[in-house]
Amino acid sequence: MAGEATQAIDKAELWGGGRSPFSVSYGKMMMWFFLISDALTFGGFLTALGFARHHLADTWPITEEIFFHFPFTHAHLTLMYVALMTFILIISSVTMVLAVEAGHRMDKKGVIKWMLFTVLGGAIFLGSQAWEWATFINGSEYGAYVMQDGTMARLDIDEASQTMTLENLHTGQQITDQALIADIRENNQHIQGANLDRNEYGPQLYANFFFFITGFHGTHVLSGVIINLLILIRSIQGWYEKRGHYEMVEKVGLYWHFVDLVWVFVFTFFYLI
Amino acid sequence: MERDDIIEYSLHAHHSEEDGKKIRKKIFFVTALLSIITAVEVAMGIIWGKSTLDPNGWAWASIKVAFIVMTLVKAGYIVMVFMHLGDERKSLRNVILIPYAIFILYLMFILLTESSFIHEVKNFIGWV
Repeated sequence: MAGEATQAIDKAELWGGGRSPFSVSYGKMMMWFFLISDALTFGGFLTALGFARHHLADTWPITEEIFFHFPFTHAHLTLMYVALMTFILIISSVTMVLAVEAGHRMDKKGVIKWMLFTVLGGAIFLGSQAWEWATFINGSEYGAYVMQDGTMARLDIDEASQTMTLENLHTGQQITDQALIADIRENNQHIQGANLDRNEYGPQLYANFFFFITGFHGTHVLSGVIINLLILIRSIQGWYEKRGHYEMVEKVGLYWHFVDLVWVFVFTFFYLI
Repeated sequence: MERDDIIEYSLHAHHSEEDGKKIRKKIFFVTALLSIITAVEVAMGIIWGKSTLDPNGWAWASIKVAFIVMTLVKAGYIVMVFMHLGDERKSLRNVILIPYAIFILYLMFILLTESSFIHEVKNFIGWV
């Protein structure tokens, strides 16, 4: 990008006043400052997640045993849905950067086209997240039981043969002893689904972090979609053409890429590790 | 009142059709890279799931490190190329990245230290 920022300007002149020493407009710099503070919030969330899972390491569930659902199928597709969501967000980030590039060429049609795709990608992501939340909240078909050591074991009953299996969500081990399972169902606490006061997957904090981290990120996506939509409407109305530059597209672009950036970290630290 | 003392830095960011082609090429390269890294991460997550590996073993530890490295590579490309921070002045880059890195590294250090201690105490007094 051939901006003023790439030109070599004498330090004394840069910092001498009457101009931005960073060669950026006020609005763009403030967007960066806002993103730093927002990044600190998300950083706080993710390090707190690390704190929780580190000291609850003895009962923390295995994510692969929880996120394997996929719409319209009962197949066991480990992590595929989250991967799809990640991909949708990356693609909408790409269409955003293409909109910024079109803006630098004063290509109004290009900006409108790519902004439209970006808004669409964000909306699809939000819909996917709603499905993910619904699946997580409803929980498994038969719920789970609290084991002696505090871990959770999920019940599964085979329809045809009526054989039961208990799968430990912390170790991944399976119990198939029918008498033992009947005994556990009799005596142990049964939990179905997850919300802020019960959680069939593991420690309560696990569900709380799921709701707070993905929820806070989803709220950012929602506001990003709304802001992108506003900028799209103004591009169609020709505001930026009249102004002579599409810097507003660049500024919302920064926010939108930041939302994608956060998801990259959430994906790693919540789902993979 | 129209002000004439404001420099419009954004006007300098305009580029020609040819430059645009080069920039788009770079964007598509980064897109492919991000997609491939994500695919590798998912594949690793499926093949070497936590249920198949010893959580305290070296295999899982090295996979964890690999995940973090891949995430940082992805983050670097998003920030430097998509957010154009790589094209900004070095002083702006430092103002944004260095304070953030200091805060987060300290936070990570203190939380991991403390949670290890809490875990030990819990095991010691037998509180689950």
